[in-house]
Parts: sequence; structure tokens; C-alpha cells
Amino acid sequence: MTTKLFGERVQRREDLRLITGQGRYVDDLGRDALAAAFVRSPHAHARIRDIDVSAAVDVDGLVAIYTWEDLPERVRDPLPLLIPHPALTHGRTAYPLARDIVRHVGEPVVMVVARDRYLAEDAAALIEVDYEFLKPVVGIEEAAQGAHLVHEDVPGNLGAHLVQEVPSASGAGAREAIEAAPHTLAFRLDFERSASMPLEGRGVYARWDPDDRSLRVYSSTQTSTSVRMAVAAKLGLPLPSVEVIAPDVGGGFGVKIVHPWPEEVLVPWAAMLLGREVKWTEDRREHFISSAHERGQVQHVRVGFDGEGRILGLDVTILHDHGAYTPYGIIVPIITATQLLGPYRIGAYRVEFSSIYTNTVQVTPYRGAGRPQGVFCMERTMDRIAAHLGLDRADVRAANFIQPGDFPYDQGLIFQDGRPLIYDSGDYPESLRMIKELIGWDGFAALKAEAAAEGRTIGIGLGCYVEGTGVGPYEGGHVQVTSDGRVHVSTGLTSQGQGHETVFAQIAATELGVPLDRVSVVTGDTRRFGYAVGTFASRAAVMSGNAIALACRKVRDKALRIAAEALEADPRDLEIEDGMVRVAGNPGASIALATVAVLSNPLRYAFDEEAKRATQFSGAASMDRPPVAEGEEPGLEGRDYYSPVRSTFASGMHAAIVETDPDTAEIKILRYAVVHDCGRLINPMIVEGQIHGGVAQGVGGALYERMVYDAHGQLLNASFMDFLMPYATEVPFIETAHLETPSPLNPLGIKGAGEAGVIPVSAVIAAAIEDAEGITIDRMPISPSELHELRGRATS
Amino acid sequence: MKPSAFDYHAPRTLGETLEVLAGAGPHGKVLAGGQSLIPLLNMRLAAPSHLVDINRVTSLDTIAVRDGGVRVGALARHAAVERSAAVARAQPLLGAALRLVAHPVIRNRGTVVGSLVHADPSAELPAVLTVLDGSVRLARHGGGERDVPAGEFFTGPLESATEPGELAVSAFFPALPARAGSAFCEVARRHGDYAMAGAAAVVVLDEDLRIASARVACVSAGPVPVLLDMSEVCAHRPAASDDWDAVARAVRDLIDPEGDIHATAGYRRHLTGVLAARALRIAAQEATEDRDDATGGPR
Repeated sequence: MTTKLFGERVQRREDLRLITGQGRYVDDLGRDALAAAFVRSPHAHARIRDIDVSAAVDVDGLVAIYTWEDLPERVRDPLPLLIPHPALTHGRTAYPLARDIVRHVGEPVVMVVARDRYLAEDAAALIEVDYEFLKPVVGIEEAAQGAHLVHEDVPGNLGAHLVQEVPSASGAGAREAIEAAPHTLAFRLDFERSASMPLEGRGVYARWDPDDRSLRVYSSTQTSTSVRMAVAAKLGLPLPSVEVIAPDVGGGFGVKIVHPWPEEVLVPWAAMLLGREVKWTEDRREHFISSAHERGQVQHVRVGFDGEGRILGLDVTILHDHGAYTPYGIIVPIITATQLLGPYRIGAYRVEFSSIYTNTVQVTPYRGAGRPQGVFCMERTMDRIAAHLGLDRADVRAANFIQPGDFPYDQGLIFQDGRPLIYDSGDYPESLRMIKELIGWDGFAALKAEAAAEGRTIGIGLGCYVEGTGVGPYEGGHVQVTSDGRVHVSTGLTSQGQGHETVFAQIAATELGVPLDRVSVVTGDTRRFGYAVGTFASRAAVMSGNAIALACRKVRDKALRIAAEALEADPRDLEIEDGMVRVAGNPGASIALATVAVLSNPLRYAFDEEAKRATQFSGAASMDRPPVAEGEEPGLEGRDYYSPVRSTFASGMHAAIVETDPDTAEIKILRYAVVHDCGRLINPMIVEGQIHGGVAQGVGGALYERMVYDAHGQLLNASFMDFLMPYATEVPFIETAHLETPSPLNPLGIKGAGEAGVIPVSAVIAAAIEDAEGITIDRMPISPSELHELRGRATS
Repeated sequence: MKPSAFDYHAPRTLGETLEVLAGAGPHGKVLAGGQSLIPLLNMRLAAPSHLVDINRVTSLDTIAVRDGGVRVGALARHAAVERSAAVARAQPLLGAALRLVAHPVIRNRGTVVGSLVHADPSAELPAVLTVLDGSVRLARHGGGERDVPAGEFFTGPLESATEPGELAVSAFFPALPARAGSAFCEVARRHGDYAMAGAAAVVVLDEDLRIASARVACVSAGPVPVLLDMSEVCAHRPAASDDWDAVARAVRDLIDPEGDIHATAGYRRHLTGVLAARALRIAAQEATEDRDDATGGPR
């Protein structure tokens, strides 16, 4: 019997390589390449008067210095606005090198190429840029007032404005429903910035081959196919002459889906121009000030509800800080506005957001992508309703749940993929039952009283979310069985450590009936697979997983056709196990999949013993038909694509118990519990790993991380010393339980799992601290210093 | 994040080291553990033209317990001092503080004397040297040695009395006297971070087990370690019955910390009070216990 590999806790095949230093990241490649370094703006907002490179030109080993003036057509144009939207009326993107105005600290101004990075930085330090200071615009609310502008031609700093409204069943608008409700509340919420912060920063390494005029680019990206198209277009090269490879990538978390970055255009361009290999590796300070952040929002909430806590009307106004540019459009605030509703059926809903320019690093999706803010808004609202009515917080949530019989459930909104927000499946009451049991919700009051008797302060919090995962448009998979019986799987989307090599191999091994060690997986290499979208939005398993399964089924069908002929059996009677095609119930009649692969490719030339069997005098072929039958292709391979009608909706609930120190205001997470539903599990261990990583980042966002900009637009904590990513010592043990409600939308019944862990953490921790302290928490993250200040205000 | 060019020197003897340092003058910088210096070089916040690596001067890799204290040579790593049983017996405050210094991998490289010369007012070891009234021994080429007491050694944030051309060859931490206890308490944002506030405390009891002397050195409370003598506040009361809230209030009245992105000035003042009182209370308890089982001679 072949082990059923789908659903098993298979050990990650990539780990031996990655944790023993055998990974190959961009900076491990191209040891002899020239190095690029960038002069970046030290000012948040300034006009460039003059750039003086004269002192730098004498640096030994200097190869080239480029400013915007030196760039050719197309390369010099503003970078693309990747996701246009009708509401994004004033979208703006940066030039690859600043043209005349810099709009955030860290914007690239001059590119230096030298023999090595040391010399490139020596030269960069000698370049003098003369700036005329302009007024920096910092802070969402200040920016929204529009007294000073980030872009002269964007009044009010307003990039986009979008209203979505879903009336109640009786046709009432949200504001009307709130006015008519027995109870109403209004409040303001604040959510700070953080960032993806992968341990490997961005990096680009380009090789130009002058003999066949082709370009190979290695980039630490979440989308090699799209970088390829962007680079080919920018450099005016035919697409077949450009290859882009994402080698091992040390984390992405969203920031590397943005493309092309200035460096992804400039490094290949310089390599082509100089006829030399050129490489740029981002350093940590560059990553802080030149890549992307996320999360910053201010939300104003009005809610009307009945005596059971059922929401009759919800009206949310969001100010979203998108930084200096909008290369990724308004995906983040759209997700906040739509995913805010979570597992709840709301009477009437109105959401309005304004996406605002500031002189800070641009904002693009970071794991969770707008959902942590939306869930924070909704879950804080639920807790406020419970407090107002004196009800149990879990009961208020239960009163609002969409019920298992309500699916598919249409929220009446348009989601980030431009398609209706229709939940495909889920079981929220069961999730709530499971999380309450896991954390001990009902027994907590006694625990809290016990702790209080010992002079300790503890509190419990709960948070629910629904996550649209696996957005389209498509992914593809290619599967080839070679004559040695090995199975080669490739898909175009990229990997950043998620375990794709393992789960895609599990899918292929299960579908084809071959041992796992026969299967190899390649991702993110345009030489192997040219059509793809990328790895983001918890979509890799859903999209490429299903595409690979479909491709495997094609291969399997073909293998059975060929084997049936060789075994003189009906294909319907055949099965594949352990790499052998067998007639069911007749163990003697079998043929190896490897042999089927040989037979699939009619040969004239025998280059080894196996190949002999497929040559023209072997007697294997029928004389009545062409060697390759009509409608067939040589080789045992298949390619297929998966393109869903819409997203599939995963869900989950988290609960935490925290302790706050009465003297020092330190906040400690005593327990953290997760119930998670991502449909059918391909590999529970990998899903749990994703949850752990997500919760760790969520803990960072809730208690440690922020981007501290001063009034001048200087980022004060642009280092790992002052930007506090949690260590293992700050991340609690995470208790998990799985619920599996399969998705009806895709063949494997799976939903995405990548982002889920991070989404409700700030809401849950805020609720737990609020419960412990009896102080309203309306701003996250929260530090001991801030808790101390809140205590002071509460007692004064 | 690559350093600018420098001349690298790797002397093998103390004499050679001092000669190189004398030649480099204000342009020289000593590399020991490198846990602070290397990041500063990489970020080009420091750009010395001569880097003098003392890692081959093995005569400086010493830890000696004698003359009523612990003398730590310039090349002794945090980890070695932390794990020394002799040091723990003579001056337990050193080990208690070292366990709070960053992380094990950093302590494997970082040196005690290097931390002192770096003179970060948020760091643990300057506070330890201060509360113990220790000293640092400085040597220069042809100029002999001088001992600088802790009170004069730390001159400002990241500034010490070490002059160009001088090498801090060792530091001396006096041993804990009889009927004495010590403690180090701090609160950092994350495990191993520089503390938002912290306190190194030493309490000495009199014959009747009443507090005779209570001293505390606070970290992150000023430009240099802030030494507070709480003996008056705690005066002559039994350790177990002392009013530690009053001590906390007194500490808050005496300090004037600054706020930063991790802690407001108000929180830091509050927290320093909590931690100073906590450290003094633990030190007093230890001193009492020390007396209780003090069958042997002075430690």
C-alpha cells in the first residue's frame, strides 16, 4: 500500500538544507559580481538642487555612478502602479532614482557600482547632494488636513476614497439603522505601523550574456514571473531573452510581492550596460527606510445594536496611511474594509476609507494585509458591546455569527480580487465552542479571582476572523515523469520558506501513487514555468496545490492509457501504487511508471537500456497508428492551471490569558490558544508552523513593534536594536486545534493558511489586557510604558 | 553597512599593543569582543583609522580573585566571568548582572572591560562597578599604569576617562563584605535588551541585623550610572520590616531620567523606583540569610 501522504505530518524536506547553511540566497550567488550601493535621501521631503559626484570618482575600484539624468527611456520612468482601481484617483509611484523631489527618508537618489560593496559605500559617502528642504508631512490625521502636500498635485494628500454600503434586509442604510437601534456606541481606534521585516532583505543579481543577448536575474522576490515581465518591458528585451529566478528566499511576508523595485530595474540595466555581473544586497537600514511598511490606520466606529448585542448597523470611517507612494494600489484598505466583518452577519454596514499620502516609507501588504486592523476594529466593537450590555463577550459574538446553514454567504461587498465577497464554507459556532474549551473560557472567572487573591492581575481575551485566501487569477503546475521514474513538479509561484517543496510533493505523490522521495519540486524559476502570479494572500497551497493536483491527474490518465495498452487491460481497472501501475486484484500484472514514461516517448535512438524499449524496432508499437497518436504528445507529462471563480474563506478564533505586573506594568502572555479552519489539511505540521510564525508576528505587532517617526519624518528606530521583533523568549507556547470545513470551490477542498496566525493577535491581546486592567484599550501596540501612562490617566 | 577603510593591527604582547596605541593616538580604537564596536563600524558611526585587535594578547585573558576583590583582565569574556565559581563566591553581583547582559552568544565574545570602556549608561556592568566602588586600570606606552575609581571613570554617555593611547588593562570589583547582600533587578523590553530601567544594589547590615548601608546604582537613569546612597532612608531598620515603598519614592525624587522611544521619563522614573527598592529588598534579604548561615569567615 502506498502511504496516503495528503494530510500527513510529513517532515519538511527543505529544512536540512536551510538549517545547515546549505540554502542558496541571492547574496550567496555571484561572488565575483560588481556591487551596487545607493545614496539615499536623508530627508523626508526635499528638492534636489544639485548632485556633486566629483569627490567620488577617484575612489579606487569605482565602476560607475548613475543619477536619474543618466537613465534611458523607460528605465527612467516612474515605476508601475501595479493594481489600479477606480477609487485610486491620485495614484503616484516613485522614479527608480529620485528625479527632483524626494518624498521619504531612504528614497534612492544615486546608484554607485564598484568592485565590491565596501568601495561602493566609500564612493557613495563622498557624493554630495544639495537639498532644498520642503515641509515634511507626517501623521495620518495631520496629513489628512492637507495643510502641506506630499505631492503638489494631490490635494488634501488624498490618494483614494472609497465607500461601500450594504443595507439591511429591510433596506435601511447603516446610519439609519444605527439611529433606530436601542443602543449605540461611538469610539476611535488607532493601529500603529509595523513591517514584514524578512531576515533576508531584498536582493538582486543580474548576469548579461553578450553572446546570445540574454539576461538572467536572480531576485529575492515573491513573484519571479512578474519581475521577468517588468524587467523585459523596462529594458526593451524580448520576453524569451529574460530569465528570472527566485532562489532560496529568507522570508517575504508581503514586502517582496511589490515589484519591480528600483533595484530590480537598475541592477539588470547596469549589468547589461556594463557587460558585467552586478549584484545588490539590501542591508537592514535600507530595508527599514527603503522598502515598505504596513498597518497604520485611524478608525472611527459607530455601532447600533439590540439588547442581545446583535449589531443592527455598523458605520466605520478609516484613515489609512499609505506613505509616499502607492505602487500596490489600495489593496490594504480594501481588505480592511471588507474583511472587517469577520464571521458576523451585520444588519447594515457602511465603510468609508481615505487613503492618505505622508512623507514616510510606502505602505504595501504585510502578512495579514489590512486584516489585523479590520479584525481589531470589529473585535474591539464586540467587546465594547458586551461591556455596555454587561454580557459575556463570547455570547455577543455567538449572537452575531453566520450559521453553518447560511453558506454560501454573500456579505454584499466587493473583495480585493474585484469579485463578490461570498464566504464558501465554515462553522463558526463550532470554532467558538472549541476555543472556549481550549482556553477554559467558562472557568476563567474563578482563576481570575484566585490570582487577585494573590495580588496578581490576569485577564482573558478572544478574537475571531475570517480570511479570504487563494485569490486568483490563476496558478499552474507542470508534472513530468522521466524514464528513471522520477517525478518533476514545477510551479511558477515562489517560495520563501513555507514548505512548498514538501506539500506540493505530498500532493503529487498522493495523486500519482509514487513514493515521496521520487518527487522533486521547483518553484519560482521562469526557466521551468513561465506563467504565474505569485506567492501572497495565503494562496500558494490553494492555487498551485490544486493546479499541481490537476496536472498530476492528466499525467495519471495518460499513464493509465499507456499502461492499459501494454498490460492489455482496461484503464479503469488500473491503479498506481509505489510507482507501479497494477491491474486491481491481479498483483502479477503490473508495469513500472518509469517504463510507462519510456513508452510514452517513441524513440529512434537508444541512448541507454531503458530507451531501447521505446525504439522503433522494439515491437512495442502498433503498426496501424502513428507512433504519437492523434491528440497525444510525447512524454509522460502534464500541465494544468487552477483559476477559481472567487476566493475561499478560511477562519479561526484565538484566545489569550495575560498577566500585567501591578508595579512595573510589564505584560506577559500566560497562555495563547488557536482554533484554525483552513479546510482540508495537506500537512498539519506545516499548518501549525504557519500559525506559530503568524502568532509570533502578531505578538510583535501587539506588544513590541512600531515605526517611530518623528515630526521631521525621520525613522528613529531603524535597526534591530530599537525595532523590537520578538525573540523566542517573547513568544508564548501556542496551543492549537484544527477544524476542517472543506472548501467546495477547489478539487482538494483546501483554504489558505499562511497569514491566519497574525490576524487577530492585537485584538486578542488588547481584550485580555483590558480585562485584566479594567482600562479601555483603543490603541495597539501597547508597551509597559504606555500601560503605565494609561493607569495614571485612569486614576487621575 | 560596510566599515570604511582602516589599518588593522594585531599585536601579541601588551608592550606591543601600547606602542601601537601610542602611535595611533586619537585615531586608534581597541577591538576586544567587538559586540558594540563592529556594528558601530559597519554603520559608519565610528571610523577609526587604526583598529587595534587585542585578541592575541593572551596575557590579558585573566580572572583573579585576590586582594579583597575580583580583578578581570581586558580579554576576559563575559561568559568566563559569569561561570567562574571563585568570582561568584567573592562578588555574586557580577554573575547576577552578567546573566542579564544580552544573550549567551554575545557574552561568549563580549568582554567585561570592553563593556566598561564602552560606558553605556544603560548597561549593567558600569552600574556594578559604580555601586561596588570598583576601579579600572589604564596603561599607556612608557607611562606606567593608573587606577581610576568608578566614580571618575564614567564621564558621560559612551564616554570614559580612558584617554587616547591608553588601554584599559583590567577592572577591579571589590568583594562583598560580611553581613552584606547584593542584587541586580532590571526591566527590558525584550529578554536581553538594554534595560529601560534597572538597579544594582548592595546592602550591609550591622551586628544587630539592621541596615547599616544601602547603596544602589541605577541604569538608564542618567548620562552615567546614577549612584544613590539610601542608607539614611533605610537607616538602622531591620531588613525584613523596611518600608520599601518609601525607598522607591525617595529614589524617584533623586533621579531625573530622560524619556526615549521605549519609555517615557515618567515611566522610567517610576520603574527605577520599583526596581531600586526591589533590588535593595532582595539584597537586604540576602544579607540577612548570609548572616544566618555565616558559620565561616567573611566571604
